[in-house]
Formats: sequence, structure tokens, C-alpha cells
Amino acid sequence: MSGPAGKLERRAAMAALVADRGDDLLVVPGLGSTTWDLAAAGDNDRNFYLWGAMGGAAMIGLGLALAQPDKRVAVITGDGEMLMGMGALATIGIQQPKNLAVIVFDNGVYGETGMQPSHTHDGGVDLIGVARGCGFADCLEVKDEPALAGLAARLKSLSGPLFAHVAIEASDPPRVLPERDGTVLKGRFRAALGLKA
Amino acid sequence: MNAPAPAIDWPQRLYTTLKRAGIRQVGYVPDAGHARLIDLCRADPDIRDVVLTTEEEGVALAAGAWLGGQRAVLLMQSSGVGNCINMLSLARACRFPLLMMITMRGEWEEFNPWQQPMGSIVDPVLKLCEAEIYRAGKADEVEGLAERAVQHVFGDERIAALLLSQQLIGKKVWTK
Repeated sequence: MSGPAGKLERRAAMAALVADRGDDLLVVPGLGSTTWDLAAAGDNDRNFYLWGAMGGAAMIGLGLALAQPDKRVAVITGDGEMLMGMGALATIGIQQPKNLAVIVFDNGVYGETGMQPSHTHDGGVDLIGVARGCGFADCLEVKDEPALAGLAARLKSLSGPLFAHVAIEASDPPRVLPERDGTVLKGRFRAALGLKA
Repeated sequence: MNAPAPAIDWPQRLYTTLKRAGIRQVGYVPDAGHARLIDLCRADPDIRDVVLTTEEEGVALAAGAWLGGQRAVLLMQSSGVGNCINMLSLARACRFPLLMMITMRGEWEEFNPWQQPMGSIVDPVLKLCEAEIYRAGKADEVEGLAERAVQHVFGDERIAALLLSQQLIGKKVWTK
């Protein structure tokens, strides 16, 4: 599962996190690569893919987690998307939702735009430190397969806001593009929860 | 001459309108004009008050709430509108219902000239973002316009903004 640099490969990491997900796991990926990763792991009506709204994934996750306290919500986004909406970590830290995990796939680059370095490149900004400072008492550093398996297990039963930083290699796998009509994505997601589409 | 009628408690009327509409999440960046409404929402155990670091977070929060079956409202002042512009694409692309209540600055006896640039373009910017705009200038029209905004938003999954004019709110006191 590890790539040449010894870091986790993103597609395999995503697949491990959503394997055997059950009907009560709702997933919000971020704009760009994590949306393609989630689509590649298998389409699901309980995925809300983002084709825009950069910086908004974690806050969509918060609104959803507060509205559906009996479901588990996983925001799985990239370092660039998280950096754009870093204030959301402060907002979530204040709210302390018991059923929300924010997971950042960090490759230290903006993969969609030509692999330019992001703020986390080469040990720059420490997102775990940011999350901890914002009130996430539970932070996981994921650098290898055992830690990834540990995160997948933790996702099965959340008991407080969880932040995980997953070090992935800077790869650019073929795009797997999901549905991109926002009204369709919204409608099927709500229908899967038994709400009026 | 009769004693003047007591002032209409328009923040209380906004609150009762939000309750009637079944609002369960209130996202806000603290604002003096919304202070009383924020207090009423914070005191309500059936409303989750979510203080935001920037207004665009509230656009995403409301989308997530709707995905999960709850109605939300976003409270901000006029300067916050500018912070929301790209995130409003989320509501437009997916047709998420989005109800915004915006206290205006920079338009009436404004002491701070830096409020004018954003305040003066709230209307056209929101119109470009396909928001229906309702403007309340007097206390007795707040509730009716708020109700219309609620109907527009949740009846048809659209965007609406209720603008609360600076004349309604009163000017900010700068000397203490």
C-alpha cells in the first residue's frame, strides 16, 4: 500500500477508510483529488462529492453532523482544501460534535494545479498542531498501514471530534469522476437518509 | 396626545419567525445589530448556535444542515457578504436553501467610512448571486418580510437575504 517514498498511496488509503462503511457513515470529500479518490473507492449515495466550494468541506461536515447526530460523518479532504478553510477547525472545536471526523490527506502539494508546494510542504505548517490548538483532543498521526488500520477502526465508532493527518505520497492517479450535477448529488444523498429529495 | 406606542421588538419577531420556520441551526459572526437575536437563539435549547470565524463558513454549514434534514439561518453584517461570494456557488450549483439576515452598515449616519465600500454593493452582489432580496427599513415591516424570505427559501430551495437597514438598527455609538 505504501508508495516509493514510503508514504501511503492515496487511493488505497481512501479504500481502507470506507471499506465496510455501513449505512450510517456519511462522507464529504474535498474539492479535487479526495473527491476522485472517494469515487474510485466505489460510488455511494451517502457521498457528497464537492466539485467546488473549496475550503467548505469541514463546515458542510459540521452542519451535517449536527443535523444527524445518530450517524457518523467523515470529512476526508486534502491539505490545500483544509488550509483554505482552516477557521472551520476553530468553529468545530467550539462545537465538539461527537460524530464528526476531519481527515486530511496531506501530500504537501496542490495536485490539481501542477504539484506546487502547499504550506504543509517539507514540514511547514503542522495541521495536527492547529487541530489540537483548536480543541480537537483526539488527533491521530497516520504515516503507515497499521496507523491507517487504526484510523479505519476508530471511524467505526466516533465518540468526539476526531482529527487525523494522513501522510500520502504526492502521486497523481487517473481521475475517476463522479456525478457532477449538484442537485442530483444533493437529492440522492437526502433520499438515502429518508428525506424528501 | 397619547403616549408613544412602545417600540416594536423586531429582533424578538425575527426569532419567532425563525422558530415558526423550524430553524435548528444558526450560524453567525457576532454583530451588534444582531446581538439580541443571537442572545435569543443562544438561550434556546432547540437551536444550535454556531459562532463562525468567517461568514462563508455559514454558507457551507447551512448546506450540510440541509443535507442532514435541518433548516439553518446565517446572520451577518453587510461586510460579511463579501466573504461569502465563492461559497455561494455551493448553494447555487446544488440549489441549497439559504436564508441570510444581514444588518447593514455604511448607509446611514455611518461614522466609519471603511464600511461604505462593501455596504454599498451588497444589493447588486447578492442579486448577481441569484439571491432574492428583502429590505426592511422600519420595525413594523421586519416580520412580514422575514416570513416572505422564509417562504422563498424553503418553499422552493432558493437563496434569500433579508437586509435590515442601518436606520432600523440605529447608528453605532462611538463614544463611551
